Amino acid sequence: MIGQQIVNGVTLGSVYAMVAVALTLSIGVLNFLNFSIPGLFMIGGMTLWALLDAGIPWPFAVVGALVMAVAASLMVERFTWRWLRGAPHFVPLVSSMAFLLLFEHIAIAYWGSDMRVVPEAFSGGDWRIAGLVIGIPQLMGLLCSIALVAGLSWLLASTRTGRALRTIAEDPDTALLLGVDINRVVSVVFIVAGLFTALAGILFAINYRQVHPFMGEAVGLKGISAMIIGGMGNIWGSIVGGLIIGTTEVFAISYFGADFVDLAVFGLLLAILILRPTGLFRGMQPVRFGI
Amino acid sequence: MSGYFEGVLVLLAINVVFAYGAYLPLAAGQLNLGIAGFAAVGAYGSAYLSDTFAIHPILAIPIGAMFAGLIALLVAVPVLRTRGIYLALATFAVGQIVRAAILNLEFLGGAAGYPVSAFVGLPVVLGFALAVIVVVMVLFATRFGIALRAVQDDERVADLMGVEVRGFQMAAFILGAAVAGIGGGLYAHHFSYIEAQYFNIGLSISIVLYVLLGGTQTAWGPLIGATVFTLLPELLRGSASLRYVVFAAGVIVLMALRPQGLLTRATIQRLFDWRNPPIPGVPMASGRGQ
Repeated sequence: MIGQQIVNGVTLGSVYAMVAVALTLSIGVLNFLNFSIPGLFMIGGMTLWALLDAGIPWPFAVVGALVMAVAASLMVERFTWRWLRGAPHFVPLVSSMAFLLLFEHIAIAYWGSDMRVVPEAFSGGDWRIAGLVIGIPQLMGLLCSIALVAGLSWLLASTRTGRALRTIAEDPDTALLLGVDINRVVSVVFIVAGLFTALAGILFAINYRQVHPFMGEAVGLKGISAMIIGGMGNIWGSIVGGLIIGTTEVFAISYFGADFVDLAVFGLLLAILILRPTGLFRGMQPVRFGI
Repeated sequence: MSGYFEGVLVLLAINVVFAYGAYLPLAAGQLNLGIAGFAAVGAYGSAYLSDTFAIHPILAIPIGAMFAGLIALLVAVPVLRTRGIYLALATFAVGQIVRAAILNLEFLGGAAGYPVSAFVGLPVVLGFALAVIVVVMVLFATRFGIALRAVQDDERVADLMGVEVRGFQMAAFILGAAVAGIGGGLYAHHFSYIEAQYFNIGLSISIVLYVLLGGTQTAWGPLIGATVFTLLPELLRGSASLRYVVFAAGVIVLMALRPQGLLTRATIQRLFDWRNPPIPGVPMASGRGQ
């Protein structure tokens, strides 16, 4: 029974982890808490449902949802980071919050606020190993997130773009002086945010088979918690944080009931913020979030 | 007065109170994303008092606000140790914890919500809102306001000049929470029913947006922001979600064109202080134009 709980926790945690990676990259490189990410998560899940509902086959629906979320993310980039550089530090944060509201309510205007059911992706695809039930979508989700994060950390460590991103994280002005094309390179952060978050939304839709316009909020908030627990700006830390939050949630549900989950998760978050604000692992940049 | 007009006025008054609750810490450079949590404490606290002990709402609402201030005092010491984005996230966590705690408290109705039998009408709501506005305005005309403004402009310089930065930040945070608690109490007693789900992060975000849209440089900002963005959507016919779309698009455009908010010190000076107009391109010193 505990084994199964861990499997379920890891499944949920891998969704949180992907959202947390998108958040942490944005914080680490741009020092920008991108509140539109829960909206991108919802766009991924709901576009998938809408395309499937229109009779479009699975692979195309998945690609369509990803493209939609990346396009939305690039729109966020235009109006937050790019336009507002040099503005007071909370301004991009505020604009990204407005984007979250915008995305959610456009979705309601288009699709209504009902819960929608996503059709089953793989019929009869459960593996039973030593009494544990592991769904293929669950396994796929975990593998996907590990592969993507490995890809991202390779990108950051060994490519020209990655080096440019790390320079921007260190000091944007110096990066500009050294000839980094900031606008082009920063787009990568937003493309990654759209891609990772939408994929998390798609996995969520496949695993739990339901989507609705506010689906991003709860997951986004837990993604933020996962990011902080893992240390802001630390990509692998986010994965660990996501898995911790996911398993905490699953165990809290089974031992104390569903109403207790938020208390446990956000209590953990507050405790970490007070006792060890840098999180479990060191981030990409030295802490420079002073006002 | 038609019922619709009365409803809009009540909403406006409560939003203005909430906005001042978020404004006080923002004026000291702190983003409080847990404002809905403190509003919830005020709402549930005052509703419990007026329901269980039959205390008149006009008395119960300020006591509920004191509960909110007390909770803020308890969390202020550890939470205000963090800064910038960490502070925003810590307050966010506090707001979520309050909401989650209410969901788990049986005597407050848990997830089923809490019906409130005592009722306050439009005059009381407007009276409280007016009192909050006057108190904040007066407060910002005193040494307190000048000190907060100094802290907002530059914490380090304010500290060097002998301003007790942490003390003022704590006072602003606690006072803001109490004001938000008043808003929550008014909401509970006017609408006769409260549920924990109402006091979610979306509410906190909307309140903070009102303030930032109005501008944090002067104490008029929250009033202007809350008024414009409560009334503007009402002018639009159509569904609630369409109003939100317009609100959000408005925020994005306004932040892009005028990140300091609708109302700034320079605007006020330009409008009302014609003998001493601001010089274009020269940043204004805090003390000017008083």
